[in-house]
Amino acid sequence: MSRPSHHAGTFGLVLAGLRRDRVRIGMWVAGITAMVGVSAQSVQTLFPTQADLDAAAASSDNPAIVAFQGPAYGLDTVGGQVAFQIGAPGLVLVGLMALLQTGRLTRTEEEAGRLELVRSLPVGRHAPTLAAGILVGAMCAAVGLLTTLALVALDLPVAGSICFGLGYAAVGAVFMAITLVTAQISENPRVANGLAGLVLGASFILRAVGDAGENALSWLSPIGWSQQARPFADERWWPLLISFGVASVLLVVATKLEDHRDLGAGLLAPKAGPARAAPRLSSPFALALRLQRGSVAAWAGGTAALALVYGGLTSAIESFIDDNPQLEDFFTQSGGDVADITSSYLATSAQVTALIGSGYVIQSVLRLRSEETRERTEPVLATATSRWRYWLGHLTVAVGGALVVLVASGLVLGISAAAVMGDVSLVADGFAAVVAYFPAVLVMAGVPALTVGLFPKYAAAAWGLLLVTFVVSFFGTLLDLPGWVLAISPFDHVALVPVEQLSLGPVVALCVVAAVLFVVGAASYRRRDIPV
Amino acid sequence: MGARQEDAARMSEMAIEVDGLIKEFGSFRALDGLDLHVRRGEVHGFLGPNGSGKSTTIRVLLGMLRHDGGSVRLLGGDPWDDAVELHRRLAYVPGDVNLWPKLTGGEIIDLLGRLRGDLDEDRRRDLVERFELDPTKKARTYSKGNRQKVGLVAALASRTELLVLDEPTSGLDPLMESVFQDCIKEARHEGRTVLLSSHILAEVEALCERVSIIRSGRTVESGTLDDLRRTSHTSVSVRTEREVDLSGFDGVREVRTEHGHLRFEVDNARLSAALDVLTDGGVLSLTCSPPTLEELFLRHYDEPGHVPAGAADSTDTAS
Repeated sequence: MSRPSHHAGTFGLVLAGLRRDRVRIGMWVAGITAMVGVSAQSVQTLFPTQADLDAAAASSDNPAIVAFQGPAYGLDTVGGQVAFQIGAPGLVLVGLMALLQTGRLTRTEEEAGRLELVRSLPVGRHAPTLAAGILVGAMCAAVGLLTTLALVALDLPVAGSICFGLGYAAVGAVFMAITLVTAQISENPRVANGLAGLVLGASFILRAVGDAGENALSWLSPIGWSQQARPFADERWWPLLISFGVASVLLVVATKLEDHRDLGAGLLAPKAGPARAAPRLSSPFALALRLQRGSVAAWAGGTAALALVYGGLTSAIESFIDDNPQLEDFFTQSGGDVADITSSYLATSAQVTALIGSGYVIQSVLRLRSEETRERTEPVLATATSRWRYWLGHLTVAVGGALVVLVASGLVLGISAAAVMGDVSLVADGFAAVVAYFPAVLVMAGVPALTVGLFPKYAAAAWGLLLVTFVVSFFGTLLDLPGWVLAISPFDHVALVPVEQLSLGPVVALCVVAAVLFVVGAASYRRRDIPV
Repeated sequence: MGARQEDAARMSEMAIEVDGLIKEFGSFRALDGLDLHVRRGEVHGFLGPNGSGKSTTIRVLLGMLRHDGGSVRLLGGDPWDDAVELHRRLAYVPGDVNLWPKLTGGEIIDLLGRLRGDLDEDRRRDLVERFELDPTKKARTYSKGNRQKVGLVAALASRTELLVLDEPTSGLDPLMESVFQDCIKEARHEGRTVLLSSHILAEVEALCERVSIIRSGRTVESGTLDDLRRTSHTSVSVRTEREVDLSGFDGVREVRTEHGHLRFEVDNARLSAALDVLTDGGVLSLTCSPPTLEELFLRHYDEPGHVPAGAADSTDTAS
């Protein structure tokens, strides 16, 4: 690699990072461990006998569920069910943890200019990158160790528990290393994190296609590697070696790339731009749109790609039912019909899509706050721009962007499902399934609008709502959460179109809640000091 | 009716009228009865150490912060209630110009000008040239000085009657500093009012007719530079035939002897009395010099009985 002096100061930076982010790191690690532990406990309660497990195995092992959760291994064991039920979404969460923390320690620090100050000390060129690698690596190791201990404590087999924990650590390590590389490429932290997020999304999609279609695509996905280790079902350890191997190689690549760039610069040279602003760049709305159009396009594109894959997999579900006539009997006997499987599959796909759309809308509304803390709000408000117009401009882009994300992915989901099934009515079904979440997404926009206005210093707490919704959507029944927790999730009030009929009551209720949040948020934003 | 006319007359004379301004951040009082009076058409220097409340005052004037006490009038209006109307008539440059990284300098100048509703094309062209700004570069790649230039061009390209400048030249090189001074002199010729907060005392001395010096959220000195000098003290260096003892003499400070010269500082009100004593001693040579702005400025921070500098430093975030 490089001379040792290039690593000088690494240890000190690790400690500094730990000191600064100890609460954040602790919450990630404890949260993921708790999620795994509670899930395992819940599986034990849900399926007390072997007969229960066998029944669960029979009903779970179909492509519609596999596309979301992962390959079905050892479903007739408690451990296998735990691994399957938490599944790919749990691994995405670990990847996201590693990605966000790595980005925070590297490119964000560099763009803010703090890294320059650090590097002016006797600190080596690679020290910040290595320190981020070590700190996030330790974070992933802690997640692996603690989840293993939690599972062992719940009397699950030791080998499977270790395999599960290692799988979590492995996926975290890979995304840590990927983010270290993307942090070299662009000088913009949003782009750096976005590129790594793109890889995370692609990993989820690749293994969805691979797992549902039982083909090799899963082997291109870091999430797939952890799942192919098959915890609790004749564990094989070598797929985890791929993860750790790839992570190590990427770490070396990151330091090599770092050798070829200047501090503060990316590998992609920034281009010159126009000397004059386009005529339409003349309102707070136009400014917000200009700042966020790239982000809207990226989120809409990513979500639509996911919708395309999910829509396309609809045929795999049908052929699966064709291959298993007894399953068809099972569904018709229990009062439903085969179309129900497709419908509930579409409904679940729509939920995932809407969840991602919510991620967009929250970060977009929080832009109001980040603009303020970066002192870019003041120059605009010092012109003849009222706070109300400034607020409205940002909120319009946030909500309008969310609508673009939902409409695009809804259309793609419907069209791709209709195309593979040869059933035009699925276009409307898929579209309606996604767009039905719009009122819930309005609430998702309302909460950050409220926090930015009322509790600006803690505005980012609005992300908590997305986390609750994510947990409720994917692990709600598994964790056996109480009704009031479920009720916090705006998604819990949305009809599962096309399985359920859209009813006016919840739609109106969600819109009213959103309206109240917006009004209070806007009113307090207009009345408070800026910046605080 | 008469009172209203009187008000109107006073209003037309004053661009900024701040009396007894109080602003609190939690339990911390950032502004503690601050006064600031800026007449129309004057360039007014606004001085004070870091954390003394200059930026807080300016943010109150811009309607960004609500004040907790005292009265504030800006161009005859209320800075909070009439923010939008008033902002059409002023242009602002912050001490640390923060820009949108992916927009170019040129785009930002246009955007801010359009949002203000006032951008003079000829001035814009002229200023971009004089400040040697490359408007096609993305803001991300600008240095501190170049970001500051973008803010200055955006503000100076307007025809607004008031310019509010909060340490506008931090990061500018001396060449650009002189371009800036030329621009402010032109603005004064056009009859525009300028509030200039600055740490560069030479700049203030060159540009400002009147100054206000604040400390710990309170105005400690305000007036023309001449006034301040008059009410201040004079440094005296003198050689006399016979030894003169001035220690303990009322109004005289810092008496010391250097190279056979007696040096001391004396309040201007006591200058005449001190000279009488010197004359009795037989004056051989005498030099009197008025205080520089720097001395005036520093005097307020060296005086005993004031809050120590450390207390003011901790208020940095508030300024």
